[in-house]
Amino acid sequence: MFLEANKVVKQYAAHLALDHVDLQVPEGSIYGLLGPNGAGKTTLIRIINQITGPDAGEILINGHKLKPEDVHRIGYLPEERGLYKKMKVGEQAIYLARLKGLSRNDAIKKLKYWFEKFEIQAWWDKKVEELSKGMQQKIQFVVTVLHEPKLLIFDEPFSGFDPINANILKQEIIAQKEKGATILFSTHNMGSVEEICDHITLINKSKTILDGQVDDIKQEYKDNLIKLDFSGDSDILDQYLGKDYLIQSVLQNHRMSTAMIQMPEDGTVNNMISRLVDHVQIHGMQELLPSMNDIFIKVVEQSNQTKPVNN
Amino acid sequence: MSKISLIIQREYLTRVRKKSFVVMSIIGPILFGAMMVLPAWFSSMEDTTEKRIAIVDQTGEYAQSITDTEFLKFDWLQNSNQKEVASDYKEEGYYAYLFIEKDLLEHPDAVTIYSDAQITIDVKDHISRKLEQILEEKKLSSYNISGLDAIIQEVNNVRVNVKTIKLGEDGSEKESSQFITIMAALVFAMLVYFFVLLYGTQVMRGVIEEKTNRIVEVIVSSVKPFQLMMGKIIGIAMVALTQFAIWVVLTVMLYFGISAFVFDGGKVPTRMDSQIENVEALNSEEAQAELTEFQKSFTDVTSKIKAINLVGILFAFVFYFVGGYLLYASLFAALGAALDSEADSQQFVMPVMMPLILSIYVAMAAFRNPAGDLAFWFSMIPFTSPIVMMARMPFEPPIWEMLLSMAILTGTFIFTTWFAGRIYRTGILMYGKKVSYGELWKWFKYSGK
Repeated sequence: MFLEANKVVKQYAAHLALDHVDLQVPEGSIYGLLGPNGAGKTTLIRIINQITGPDAGEILINGHKLKPEDVHRIGYLPEERGLYKKMKVGEQAIYLARLKGLSRNDAIKKLKYWFEKFEIQAWWDKKVEELSKGMQQKIQFVVTVLHEPKLLIFDEPFSGFDPINANILKQEIIAQKEKGATILFSTHNMGSVEEICDHITLINKSKTILDGQVDDIKQEYKDNLIKLDFSGDSDILDQYLGKDYLIQSVLQNHRMSTAMIQMPEDGTVNNMISRLVDHVQIHGMQELLPSMNDIFIKVVEQSNQTKPVNN
Repeated sequence: MSKISLIIQREYLTRVRKKSFVVMSIIGPILFGAMMVLPAWFSSMEDTTEKRIAIVDQTGEYAQSITDTEFLKFDWLQNSNQKEVASDYKEEGYYAYLFIEKDLLEHPDAVTIYSDAQITIDVKDHISRKLEQILEEKKLSSYNISGLDAIIQEVNNVRVNVKTIKLGEDGSEKESSQFITIMAALVFAMLVYFFVLLYGTQVMRGVIEEKTNRIVEVIVSSVKPFQLMMGKIIGIAMVALTQFAIWVVLTVMLYFGISAFVFDGGKVPTRMDSQIENVEALNSEEAQAELTEFQKSFTDVTSKIKAINLVGILFAFVFYFVGGYLLYASLFAALGAALDSEADSQQFVMPVMMPLILSIYVAMAAFRNPAGDLAFWFSMIPFTSPIVMMARMPFEPPIWEMLLSMAILTGTFIFTTWFAGRIYRTGILMYGKKVSYGELWKWFKYSGK
């Protein structure tokens, strides 16, 4: 494991922000830290960044306990992010890079690479306030990855990005992973989780309620729902599938119909095909896995019901 | 390079490059220069326009005794009555007319100056002085004393001229002036007040800026919040000291510039010069007389300023400014961390500024009695000592009092910095939260990790 959190507890006055939270982030993975607003994600991220300290528990990075120098190995793009408005872009980027331990010359060399890559060399001597929001976000991203950190932490990275920049950001995040960085990624945008995360941990009300590989979780929460495209009489489905199969809906079109069918626990796609293949014309068939969004809502609602609202 | 010095560097450079800094650096010395020159200039300046004043004297006894001066000319219009003069004194070219109605010995109010302009004090003083003189003589002569003239002569020649000489420790005598000492005390007290307030609130503004720009979390992921706070406080302190150093240098240059201008050849007749060149023309009666009124008063003012221990005061200034600034700047930093925008700052800033404002009042009172209880206690209390002690400095308070006050101040700013650091590190990451002093106290108590 590249990054581990063991039973981390953080208490603010009357509010318990983290209640024995564990986290295991494998090296080279993109790890999603999910949860509704106020669940404690940002607190955990701040603890990993050593902005604040845990009341109990520990954080291990690459097997050792977090040290002050580790901030140089972490790149952090916070949810609340910004730049000095009156400072020039280049000067500011150098300043932030040097705070992360780069020498002035290294910072300039690396910045040159990134500015060329994004074709933004012309912004170097502009003041930040002259740039559009999207432009500022590009600079923020560059500053986050500039010192080639082994661990990248993005807190709600896509909020406020327009679709084009969001896509660039997504590509760059994947590129960073391929270069060997481990990425911790906090969001409640489930679409992006599905696309890029390998693992997730779901936190609700200061506690971990779900964690694991995205594929496993989807399998675990699947409803055995099959989407079937066919042509022929829909009554035939009922007749040949039998009572175990629940036909939730049929959408009839001129040439082709689409049915949503829930299989029994022991049902398989093969079994279904063999029952239907002689009677209807099958155009396509797909096992529907629940979206992360559905799982998120389901799990969070369950956990809210089973536990009293206030600890 | 360590991170805190990177922060200091940024805070310093972004500020000294600002136009407002350059403007302030120039305006300051001009103000000080003006303070040196203006008193001398004003005292050498007199009203030089000639004024003609008509006199209507119904008694006929006083008009002749009101004599002309260089700029005031009096005409006794013997055969005119008040009405005529009142209607055409203006056309006749008179500035005003003086109307004496009855015998002033019996009716002291029976004299009036009429003019459509505001009568200047000079005019009024001259006339009343002359009239009083004449009345005095009349009164005296009514007693029929023999040899009166001689007695008056003798009485008038009695003169006392009290000089105030401050004895230096080496026994040297310096002519000191109560007025100049108070001015110096005032200037230094105001300077500390001004610098602490100006640069202290800059710290607050800087913290609020980082918070509203949302850059603070990016930075504290690289450095400790306390480093960020201290870097800002120290960086701004260096801006202030740079400003002050520029002021001192420019003021000194301005002083020599003005001296050169006032004494054409650039020769400033300091006391030392005149001793060395004792026999030379400069010290001779004739040469002295050649110095204009302005030059004389300029030398006078500057020599009195020199009588004050300026170097010692400058050191004390730097200490009390830095101490007072650190004390208040850390409080301002904590406040800045608690606020989301400058707009909500007013109600929170007031309690912090109160002791500063109070100390200005105490400093004013301290001029009257710089060694009194009030001045003593307020120059010990660290929240007021930077200003009150500076106000006492030109009066040379005892060394032990200074050392004690400095020690208390140092201890207190170490405490407030620690205290502010705890509020700061929580506050900078709080957004959109309504703060109160109770809330700040809660932040202070959060665990120190």
